[in-house]
Amino acid sequence: MGSDATAIFDAEAAQTMMKELRAVYGSGATKSYDWRVSQLSQLLKLIEYHEDDIAAALRSDLSKPDIESYVYEIGVLKSSIKLALKELRKWMSPEKVKTSLISFPSSAKIVPEPLGIVLIISAWNYPFLLSLDPLVGAIAAGNAAVLKPSEISPVSSALIAKLVREYMDSSTIRVVEGAVAETSVLLEQKWDKICYTGNAVVGRIVMAAAAKHLTPVLLELGGKCPAVVDLNINLQVACRRIIMGKWGSNNGQTCVSPDYIITTKANAPKLIDALKTELEKFYGKNMLESNDLSRIVNSNHFARLIKLLDEDKVSGKVVYGGKRDESILKIMPTILLDVPRNSLIMKEEIFGPLLPILTVDRLEDSFNIINSGTKPLAAYLFTNDKRFREHFVTEVSAGGLVVNDTTIHLGVLTLPFGGVGDSGMGSYHGKFSFDAFSHKKAVLYRGFVADADIRYPPYTRKKLRLLQALLGGSFLTIILALFGRN
Amino acid sequence: METTVLLEDDLEDMRMYYRSGKTRGESWRRSQLQGLLLFLKKKEGEIFEALAQDLGKHPIEAYRDEVGSLTKSVNYALNCLSEWMSSKKAKLPLIAILTTAEIVPEPLGLVLVISTWNFPIGLSLEPLIGALAAGNCVVLKPSELTPKCSFLLATALPTFLDGKAVKVVEGDSTTGERLLRQKWDKILFTGSSRIAREVLAAAAEHLTPVVLELGGKCPVILDSFSRSWDKEVAAQRITWAKFNACAGQACIAVDYVLVEERFIDEWLELMKTWIKKLFGENPKQSCCNARIINKHHFTRLRMLLEDPKVQSRVVHGGDMDEDNLYIEPTILLNPPLQSAIMMDEIFGPLLPIITVKNIEDSIQFISSRPKPLAIYVFTERESFRQRIQAETSSGSLIFNDVIIQYLADTLPFGGIGESGMGKYHGKFSFDTFSHHKAVVRRSLLVDFWFRFPPWNEQKLQLLRSAYDYDYLGLLLIVLGLKRSS
Repeated sequence: MGSDATAIFDAEAAQTMMKELRAVYGSGATKSYDWRVSQLSQLLKLIEYHEDDIAAALRSDLSKPDIESYVYEIGVLKSSIKLALKELRKWMSPEKVKTSLISFPSSAKIVPEPLGIVLIISAWNYPFLLSLDPLVGAIAAGNAAVLKPSEISPVSSALIAKLVREYMDSSTIRVVEGAVAETSVLLEQKWDKICYTGNAVVGRIVMAAAAKHLTPVLLELGGKCPAVVDLNINLQVACRRIIMGKWGSNNGQTCVSPDYIITTKANAPKLIDALKTELEKFYGKNMLESNDLSRIVNSNHFARLIKLLDEDKVSGKVVYGGKRDESILKIMPTILLDVPRNSLIMKEEIFGPLLPILTVDRLEDSFNIINSGTKPLAAYLFTNDKRFREHFVTEVSAGGLVVNDTTIHLGVLTLPFGGVGDSGMGSYHGKFSFDAFSHKKAVLYRGFVADADIRYPPYTRKKLRLLQALLGGSFLTIILALFGRN
Repeated sequence: METTVLLEDDLEDMRMYYRSGKTRGESWRRSQLQGLLLFLKKKEGEIFEALAQDLGKHPIEAYRDEVGSLTKSVNYALNCLSEWMSSKKAKLPLIAILTTAEIVPEPLGLVLVISTWNFPIGLSLEPLIGALAAGNCVVLKPSELTPKCSFLLATALPTFLDGKAVKVVEGDSTTGERLLRQKWDKILFTGSSRIAREVLAAAAEHLTPVVLELGGKCPVILDSFSRSWDKEVAAQRITWAKFNACAGQACIAVDYVLVEERFIDEWLELMKTWIKKLFGENPKQSCCNARIINKHHFTRLRMLLEDPKVQSRVVHGGDMDEDNLYIEPTILLNPPLQSAIMMDEIFGPLLPIITVKNIEDSIQFISSRPKPLAIYVFTERESFRQRIQAETSSGSLIFNDVIIQYLADTLPFGGIGESGMGKYHGKFSFDTFSHHKAVVRRSLLVDFWFRFPPWNEQKLQLLRSAYDYDYLGLLLIVLGLKRSS
C-alpha cells in the first residue's frame, strides 16, 4: 500500500508506517544483493522513462532551463545509479584487516550492514537530485527509506511521490508529502539515520529531534561560498566558470554557488567588465526575459532577496543589473562592489542572483575574511600562482575546494561531498553514499589454540613483564620476557 | 572552580592558538604523542596508585587495560602518522583533462573529550591520541567519580603536552553542562545513553558532530563444543570478561549469557570452577577484584538482586559488603526477562545465564533487543557463525573471545543504535577528529564550449554524452556524424 496523497499524515499514520516498514525490514527483505540491484534498476528506469516529465516539473516549480534539468539533476542521478550498480558487489563485500600479535591467532574484517529505516528530507532547489541521490546510497546499503521532498517545489514533490509509488518497492520505500506539520511528525519517529539537505536553522531542529532517539544524521547545509580571484589569469575563462557556478546553477540558488567574490582593488574593474561581457554573451541584453535563467522560486524568497539588495548601505553599490520583475519572480544577474561587511547581504547566505565583490589590498587578506566567518560548503580560487594556490588549500577550511572552477567537484564521484562546521556534517556521493547509510561492523575471529594466560589473574610479575612486552611492541623483548629476563 | 567567564576566555585563547597554525605541522603532533608516551612511562606509578585508590584496581589490571593499551595505541599512531596525514588522490574520469582531485585531511579545530569512571585514564587518553594526531586543540573532562585520576590528569598531563593546546577541566555534571553549552568542532563522549541524549541535544545547538561511545547489554551466545579444551577456554574467557574487567563495570564486559538448556549444568560447573581459579577460594580476599565505584552503583546493583523473583535465581555467589563496596562474583539462572537485571545494562559482577531450547533461538532473542556494543559468540560451527553475522547487528562481533577487540588497532571501535554512533581507535581515531576536504585543481587553459549558454540542442547532446563518459558519442556529435535522439 503506497501513500495516499490526499490522506492526512498525522502521528498515527506515521506510527503505522514505521511499524510496517520495521516489519518488512526485519524480515531481511532489503539486505539481499538482488533486492538492492532491482531497486536501483527501477530507479534508473523511473528517471530514464520520465526525463521529460521531470524537466517539465522543474520548469513549473523553478522555471529551470531544460539543460540544467537534464544535466544537473537527471544526468548526475543517472551517473550515480550506474556507478552504484557497477560497484555494488565490491561495496558490499567485507574488508579484511590485519591483526596483530596481541590477538594471535585471529582474523578480522569489517562488514558493512544496513542501518535500518532512514529518512531523507530534501530541499527545493534540486528536488529530484537531493531526494533520489541519497536514496541511491540508502538502497545500495540495504536500507528501507522514507523521502520527504520539499513542499516549496510542489509539482516536483508530487511527481516524485507518484513515480516512486509506481516504480519502487512500496513496502520499503515511501514518499511523504507535506510541509512543517508532516515533517515534524516524521521527526518524532525513531529513525536509524536522517539525511537532511537544507539550511542551518532547520538543520539544528533536525539534529535536536534526532538526539532524542540517538539517531545519527547527515546534514548537507550551506554557507557563504567565497570565490577569490587573482590577477594575471585568463579572466574570460574564469568569469565563464564563475557565471556557470552562480547564475548557471539555478540562478544562484545552489548550496555551492559562489556567494561572493574577493579580489584586489586593482583587479576589480577588469573583473567586473569581464563578467558583464560574458553575462551578456550568455544571456543576451534583456536578461529578465532569458529562458536560460531559473526564476526565484517563490515570492518569499523574492522578497528576501530584494531586502538584501535594497538595504540602504547596499543599494548604492550596484555596478551592474539590479532590475527585477516581481510578477515573473525574476531578478537579473546583479553585481555589487564593496558592500559594507556588516550588511545583511554579507551576513546571510544569498542564495540568489546577487554577486557582491569585496576588494582587498593584498589577496592574502582574503584568507582572514573567509576564516573569520563560519566554514562554508565550498571555497573557490582562481589563480595561476602555485604558491598562493597551495597556501589557500592549506589555510582555507571548507567542505570542498576548487581551484580555477566552481561547483564541478560535485560531479567527481570519488570525492566526498559534505560540509564542515556550520555547513554540515557527514558526506556522500559515490561510495561515500554507501558508507553514509551503512554500519561498518568489526568482526573478529579467534582460535582456541594458543591462549596466553597472562591476561588472567592471579597476577604475577612474570605476567606483567609479558604484558609489557606484548603491548610495548618489540619482538625481542617478548622473547626475553618469555625466557624470564627483564 | 572555573567560572563561566574564565572558561570562555580559556576556550577563546585555545581557538586563537589553533588559528595560529601551531598544531598543524607533523612535528608538533609527534611531539604531543611522544609527550603522552612519556606521561605514561614517568607517571606509571602514580597512575597505578590513583586507580588503586579510586577503583581498587590491581596494578597489573591497570597496566593490562589502561596503561599498556594506551602505550600500544600511541606507538601505533606514531608509526602511522605520516601516512594518515597525507592527502589521497581521487580517481578522475578521462574527460577531466588537466584536472587533479584529492582528499586532504585537516584538523577540525577545538574538540571536547568527555570520559568516564571505569577506565578513567584509558578512556581519557585514547581519544586524545586521535585528537592530537589529527592536529586539534583538546579540552578533556574526566569523570569526577574517580577524583584521584581526575586530579592526576589535570595536574600532570598538561606538563607533558603543549599546555596551550591541551586543557583538562575537572568538575561534576554542572561543569559538564557548562562545557556542553560552548561551541566545539567535535565532541567525543563516553558514558551512558541517558547523558548521551543531553550531549547530542547540546551539540545540535551548535551543529557540532559527535562520537558517542555508549553501552548496552553485551550478550554471549554459548554453543556446544566437541572438545573439552575449547569448553575450558570458553568458560575461562567468559568468566574473566565478566568478573575481571573492572568487576564487570565495562561497556564491553559480558552482560549475560545464552546457553542451550541441556548443557546448562556443565557450563555452570565450568564457570564456578573458573571463578575459583581466577579469584581463589575466597574472592573477597583476592587481590584481583576491582571495587564497585561508589555507594550509588552498589545500591543499584544490590537492588537488581533484591527483586524477590531474581533473588531466588542466584546459583552462585551473592555475598555483598557495602563498606568495602565489594560484590562477590554472582551467577543467576534464568531471572525473569522483564526484571531490571535483564532490561538494564548490569555494569557489575552479576552474571545472568538464560537458557534457550535451541541455541539458534538466541539470534531472535538478541535481535529483538536494542543493538549492543558487542556480541560475543562461542561456536565451532561455520554456518551458525554466518547466520549470526547476517542476522544480528552490534558495534562489534567477536567469535570465541571477549573484549579483545578493544586492543585491535585496525578495527573500528564504536556502537550502533542505542550503543552509540561514530567510531575510533587506530586510524579511525585520526579520521574521526579530521575533516576530509575534497580539493579539485583545474587549469584555466582548456574548456568545453558546450558547458556554456546560450543553450541549444547540440550542446545538450554533448553534455549528456560527457556525463555518460560516452567519448565516442562526443566525438561523433562534434564531427556532426551523430544527431539528437
